[in-house]
Amino acid sequence: MTSGQPQPAHAVEAIGLHASIAGSHVLQGVDLRVPAGGVTALLGRNGVGKTTTLRSLIGLVPPSGTVRVLGRDVAGWPVHRIIQLGVGYVPEDREVFSRLTVRDNLRLAETGREMNYDRVYDLFPELKQRSRQLAGTLSGGQQQMLAIGRVLLADRPVLLIDEPTKGLSPKFVSEVVDALERVREAATILMVEQNVHVVRRLARQVIVLDRGRVVHAGQAAELADENLVRRLLGVSA
Amino acid sequence: MSTFVAITISGLALGAVYFLVASGLSLIYGLMDVLNFAHGVFLTLGAYAGWAVAAHLPQQHWAVFLVTAAAATATGAVVATATELLLIRPLYGNPVGQILVTIGLDLALVGLLLGGFGSDSRSIQVPGWLTAVTTIGPERIPNGDFAALGTGLAVLGALTWFLSRTRYGIIIRAGAENRDMVRALGIDVGRAFTVVFAVGGAAAGLAGLLNSVAFSSGLVSPLQGDQMLIFAFIVVVIGGLGSIFGAAIAAMLVSLVQVYVTFYAGSGGGLAQLGNMSVVLVLAIVLLARPRGLLGRAA
Amino acid sequence: MTVTGGSGMTGIVDRLKQRPPAGPPAAPRSRRVAAAALIAVFALIPFAGFTVPWVLPGPADIVNSTGTLDVLGLGFVFAAVALGYDVLFGFTGLLSFGQVLYFAFGAYGLDITLSVWNWPLLPAIGATLAAGLVLALVLGAISLRGRGIAFAMVTLAFAQAGYYLIEDNPHSLTGGDTGLVMSTGRLPEMLVGVASTRNLYWLALVFLILVYALVSLVTRSQTGAVWLAIRDNERRAEVLGFRPLRFKLASFAVSSLIATAGGMVYLLLVGTASPDSVASTTVTVSILVMVVLGGAGTRWGAVAGAMVYVYLQQYLLKVAAEPSFATWPAVFRVPLSQPDFLLGVIFVLFILFAPGGLSGLASRVAGLAAAGRSRKEPR
Repeated sequence: MTSGQPQPAHAVEAIGLHASIAGSHVLQGVDLRVPAGGVTALLGRNGVGKTTTLRSLIGLVPPSGTVRVLGRDVAGWPVHRIIQLGVGYVPEDREVFSRLTVRDNLRLAETGREMNYDRVYDLFPELKQRSRQLAGTLSGGQQQMLAIGRVLLADRPVLLIDEPTKGLSPKFVSEVVDALERVREAATILMVEQNVHVVRRLARQVIVLDRGRVVHAGQAAELADENLVRRLLGVSA
Repeated sequence: MSTFVAITISGLALGAVYFLVASGLSLIYGLMDVLNFAHGVFLTLGAYAGWAVAAHLPQQHWAVFLVTAAAATATGAVVATATELLLIRPLYGNPVGQILVTIGLDLALVGLLLGGFGSDSRSIQVPGWLTAVTTIGPERIPNGDFAALGTGLAVLGALTWFLSRTRYGIIIRAGAENRDMVRALGIDVGRAFTVVFAVGGAAAGLAGLLNSVAFSSGLVSPLQGDQMLIFAFIVVVIGGLGSIFGAAIAAMLVSLVQVYVTFYAGSGGGLAQLGNMSVVLVLAIVLLARPRGLLGRAA
Repeated sequence: MTVTGGSGMTGIVDRLKQRPPAGPPAAPRSRRVAAAALIAVFALIPFAGFTVPWVLPGPADIVNSTGTLDVLGLGFVFAAVALGYDVLFGFTGLLSFGQVLYFAFGAYGLDITLSVWNWPLLPAIGATLAAGLVLALVLGAISLRGRGIAFAMVTLAFAQAGYYLIEDNPHSLTGGDTGLVMSTGRLPEMLVGVASTRNLYWLALVFLILVYALVSLVTRSQTGAVWLAIRDNERRAEVLGFRPLRFKLASFAVSSLIATAGGMVYLLLVGTASPDSVASTTVTVSILVMVVLGGAGTRWGAVAGAMVYVYLQQYLLKVAAEPSFATWPAVFRVPLSQPDFLLGVIFVLFILFAPGGLSGLASRVAGLAAAGRSRKEPR
């Protein structure tokens, strides 16, 4: 990759992505392209490999195949180097550091450049109030805010978010959705989400996985078609 | 009754030395899942470095001991750092291999020391103050005990400050909980590994020097580190792998049990090792009642 | 040692067979022929009265000298103990630092029953084995309550306790630091008389062969398959319907029983039991090095590793004991005067660069040879 090239149209790409976990061949040739800007939702039934896809993109699961992030070939790179390209990762189970304070959790996410604590506290005022509280004592919703807040501290062009509304009460769901709505203008978000309403509200594109492969990629508006939703996801909207 | 106080202080001082060794082991295991069997030889090399340096220093002023201690600490740190970079890093992802390689390193280095020095001990030059005894009321307490206790407290304070206030300290605590998530925040955990080994090695080197001065009549020998390592492991496991505070408490517990039992049970008739055996018994009991130790994180 | 369970077991084993666990395949004929040849060679060594310069580990340069036979016999005993350890570590994936306890128990048990209590040989052997097995089952059940590191630490703790107990010389049974010399009054003539060196040598060899056969049988059985499953992924073994604890305990018991028996043969061979030679962490480390050096989980690897280790160690000790050694320059003399240094370095190099041990290297060589042959074959 030479410098001076124009920004690629796709913020994240995978070509022939394979990955295994504990001997189980979860991803069996995923081809996906995430266009720059806006929210792309990654959908699929339980167990088809959505989380594994996100984790392979950043190297938490060793991938084989081609992975490109912001135009760079990153397959085989150590996780922290991929993240340093400007990626934020919000894992499925939040994974905040329970024995650190909220403030220290955020401190860890500092990248040494311009830190925008105002943005984070503006979106999630509760984090400011509880900044000296141990993250392990926060409620699920508050932990989710922390998990999202920490990737918003610095400007990260790519955000990989795994089921941000899982297990949250409606109040927190709407807070999270509001926050993501405000953020999506400035970043590319690839989001795994089971909640079709959330997807409809936030996403511009959708990619559907089934049994380790991409089976559909298109506009989110198509999800208005109930038959399509049932066929791809096995649920009624 | 007056000896009870002396025994107790002696036990606490020994506990301070155990803590110095165990804290490093605990940090290393907490962050890296590596049981560092070479920790004992960091200790021994620190003591030998102290011996080598002290032989060239005039021992009139007690402050000279600070130089000796600095040499011991630095040696421990350097050897530990080299170990992490050359032996542990290449085996990343192979925790059993990492444990085994530390065993191999211990075997090789102790063998080298035995080859060079034989199993005889050497004597460290120390300022007179350290070998003297202070009389407080009815008690006569060796100054070495004070040195050990003071050092232990200072290191406990320094470590606590380091872990809670510095960026590397926070990284280490976070990494002990969830290494992958630390990486997923763009942080190179590998550097924290090296830091933790260096810190552990430094504490071990210092512990080796103090152990020789305060508890071995100033003698250094190639096998002293490994003999201490068993107890350090016991302290770490009882206290809970990964917990500094747990290591401190467990160190006191182990040393006091050891010292009281040895003193009060006498040393004849098959009871000489009773103190040591009691410690082992405490380990077994704690592990069975509470497998993660007193203050350890859940597995 | 078999674990049976009726018809339920068959169904489970069928499921297990659908996903065959990785493990060494049945030995091809060439391997078995090689093994038989090797056994024959070793069996005949006591008759080899010729001289071989330089390489022999004993003080004399004659092949069937006492020194050589002693070293080889020692190698056989440790090979057997290493095999037993391989069952636990290589096949079941349990890192234990405590098998030395049973080795010491075997040596001291036989020593005490023979020398202090004056029992005849066979009851002494039987009682020691039985008591050792009971000890293993009890301590094993306790130790296995811990997982991974906790398990390893508890086994270490028990072994250390054993060491301290022996050193303490309770009731003057163990002789403390200096050890307990075996009294030979009750031993048959062939083990103590003039030809005893040879007979003990063959005893050790036969012991090794028996242990190898036992380990081979058990690791190739259904139980062995479950052990491998536990080693590779304990949760999946549980999901498949096995109760890992039973199998782990069985593995522990087999390993400890072999260690106990090994301790007894060791005593017969060496004639003394002392804490540093049979109960210390040094022995634990030696066995670990032997298994890893040879290649964990491959049976013959443990044997090869043990033979190489004992040979190197004894050879280096012989070199260091020669009067000319003191004149070597320090840069060579210091590292080589202690076999531990060289053995430790070799161990580290193997872990870093050849983790499969000698058997791993042998497989690679065999693979290259096979590739070379197939390339030469006409298409």
